[in-house]
Amino acid sequence: MSHIWSMIAKRLALGLLTLFIVSLLIFGATELLPGDFAEEFLGQAATPETVAAIRRELGLDLPMHTRYIEWLTGVLQGDFGNSLSNRRPVIELISTRLGNTLFLALYAAAIAVPLSLMLGILAALFRNSFFDRFSNASALTSISFPEFFVAYILIFWLAGRGGMFPSMASFRGDPSMAEMLYRTFLPALTLTLVVTAHMMRMTRAAIINLLASPYIEMARLKGMKPMRVIVKHALPNALAPIINVIALNLAYLITGVVVVEVVFVFPGLGQLMVDSVAARDMPVVQAVALIFAAAYVLLNLTADVLATLSNPRLVHRR
Amino acid sequence: MTKTSLLSGGVSRRGVLKGASAIGGAALISSMGARKAQAQPTRGGTLRVAQAHGSTTDSMDPGSWENDFTILQAHTRNNYLTEIAPDGSLIPELAESWEASADAATWTFTIRSGVQFHSGHILTAEDVVASLRHHMGEDSTSAAAPIVAPITDMRVDGMNVIFTLASGNADFPFVLADYHLPMLPSRDGAIDPMTMDGCGPYKIEELEFGVGATYSRHEGYWKSDAAYFDAVEQIVIHDAAARQNALISGEVDYIDSADLNTVHLLQRAPGVVVLSVTGNQHYGLPMDTRAAPFSDNNIRMALKYAIDRQQLVDTILNGYGAVGNDHPIGSGQLYYNTELEQKAYDPDRARYYLAQAGVDSLDVDIHLADAAFAGAVDAGVLYSETAAAAGININVVREPNDGYWSNVWMQLPWCGTYWGGRPTQDLMFSTAYETGAPWNETYWSHERFNELLLAARAELNEDLRREMYFEMQQICSDEGGALIPMFAAYVGAHSDALMHGEQVASNWRNDGHRIAERWWFA
Repeated sequence: MSHIWSMIAKRLALGLLTLFIVSLLIFGATELLPGDFAEEFLGQAATPETVAAIRRELGLDLPMHTRYIEWLTGVLQGDFGNSLSNRRPVIELISTRLGNTLFLALYAAAIAVPLSLMLGILAALFRNSFFDRFSNASALTSISFPEFFVAYILIFWLAGRGGMFPSMASFRGDPSMAEMLYRTFLPALTLTLVVTAHMMRMTRAAIINLLASPYIEMARLKGMKPMRVIVKHALPNALAPIINVIALNLAYLITGVVVVEVVFVFPGLGQLMVDSVAARDMPVVQAVALIFAAAYVLLNLTADVLATLSNPRLVHRR
Repeated sequence: MTKTSLLSGGVSRRGVLKGASAIGGAALISSMGARKAQAQPTRGGTLRVAQAHGSTTDSMDPGSWENDFTILQAHTRNNYLTEIAPDGSLIPELAESWEASADAATWTFTIRSGVQFHSGHILTAEDVVASLRHHMGEDSTSAAAPIVAPITDMRVDGMNVIFTLASGNADFPFVLADYHLPMLPSRDGAIDPMTMDGCGPYKIEELEFGVGATYSRHEGYWKSDAAYFDAVEQIVIHDAAARQNALISGEVDYIDSADLNTVHLLQRAPGVVVLSVTGNQHYGLPMDTRAAPFSDNNIRMALKYAIDRQQLVDTILNGYGAVGNDHPIGSGQLYYNTELEQKAYDPDRARYYLAQAGVDSLDVDIHLADAAFAGAVDAGVLYSETAAAAGININVVREPNDGYWSNVWMQLPWCGTYWGGRPTQDLMFSTAYETGAPWNETYWSHERFNELLLAARAELNEDLRREMYFEMQQICSDEGGALIPMFAAYVGAHSDALMHGEQVASNWRNDGHRIAERWWFA
């Protein structure tokens, strides 16, 4: 087992290096964008005097590397700085939205992962049947439509006058868990429809791939039921690729849902990122980018650890 | 959205054109709205407003306010020294009265006493001075810095504030109604620009930029016949379909902008009233008058006759607007030039002006993005079609929305723009047409025009003033660099349970952004 721990430690160290490089790239890219914070902040109202005054006040007139090093020193001390535009601490700005994003991602994952595993196993079990074709076709259809279209269709059917669900997912104050699940059901469902196909088809493909192996043949010849063959014998060996796909989709649920946020008026990290990039609000852009990058790093690490654990040959290595 | 426009609209300064007779200026209230608007205001209910604009990067600092979310927030939480009434006239708010010296360069404002802030603080003349000083001085980061720059001195005398201006300005009280200039509580001669306090009709309970805000009624509010709702909620809904859906399904009571492509469908929804208000908001295609070929007025005139204005109003605005005549004065304004010939699409005349310029065809680039105004790129493509008939090849260059105002506008020789307009002719002309003005987007410089502008500003004789403004519109239209093809209406919608006064202000969206104070539930 010790090599797993050392792998985790190594990967975490590499992850930190990745985050550092990401922060450099994002900083450089934000600098390359035309216009700086002072100009974007004032927009059409900008005059040279006010732009210069804002730059002086926020230290935007300092050279690029000085500003980056200043930011980095702050971060290393646990201080992500303040938003340039409304001067609120970045941590405070991000915390509620990160909570919202994680809530929605987990909610969607809690529906999508079991659903797609189940559908994948059943599709493998009854492959080439009507059920297989139907679930494949509907999953592919829902992934092929743009997210906002799926969202509008769901709103059209399930919300609106006399609808069952609200079309606006935002909530105020301190709602109960049930209320939150109810209000965010449509966005979670939209995301489920968008990510299910990928996971389901990987599950199906990975299992079918194994069904031709001699040990499955053996299991069948022993007279086992098809369901037991698949769940007990094929699935454990198919776990590694499935876990990887699930991790990728979870990362997507955290980082890529801005369209769904906009349609359902859900205050998540995506909209914050878009607004901050448009305003060139560097500290916020950096912090959100680091969260997104960290989500990928951690989920990939988790996937690799789980994939290793699912394979006895890797766990008990000589 | 209102990128900068500091003030806008306004029918007349003395209510001369009051009522529906002013075609463009008065609110064109839909028949249903007009019928219902007669009821007496009643107290109660929570007004839920959905807004198309509002960003997580907004700020409490009044100097930074630039979109509809922050400006509605401003008028819901704050009061100003002066107020623009629904009919466009100027009425007292926190200033009880004001008086000018004979040269209109010294102004004495008497501040209302006993006005209570949400925090309990009572408004003083020092608060007034501190609130304005926040926007002044060399280190000012305020977007309003240029408009308060002419104030050279402010002096407190009891409850009076005495302003000294660099030069006479008969419209100075209008400047103080600008949305950047709310009165905030001061301490030791300075305001905290980030404060949530205010002395307006509602106090902030919760506010998250880019998401929304909730307010409760300020029980100590000094106006007795205003602020009928118990609570107000502002919600940012960027997506047009989501916004309209929220209104139809009853999750909000009012949406501040309807999608012009689907507004006819919205009209059919039961219980929904579409409200269209035409004011001074206009869309333009400013040419840099210093750059070839636009430096030749014949070329500018050729381009002005090569555009089909009515077609743009019909297609880009879906009919919700009016044609423009290459000057920024709305048809409802006091000194609107009624004698000026309306320019129309005329390829022969365009050709004539081309010949005058010594060319028989013209190739020009126009740089557009929908950040300039909704439908700008489409407008450019339509324009290039009609201009081709006059031998003018307009190449529409699509620019990114992101960074448009810093990289394209006033940087490239021909682009798109929009203005919310100004309540007075002087403010509009001196903001964007006077030589050397920071927002003179055409870099236009016309001697006679500048002379008239200065003379009219300090002129107190109505007839002389009218004559001067008429001539200025003529000059602007025939020699200016701004091609202004259309005036766009503010199109919103609300539930039929929501009532408003007989006239809806046209100086801004949302009844001059005072919907929370002026409207009520039936």
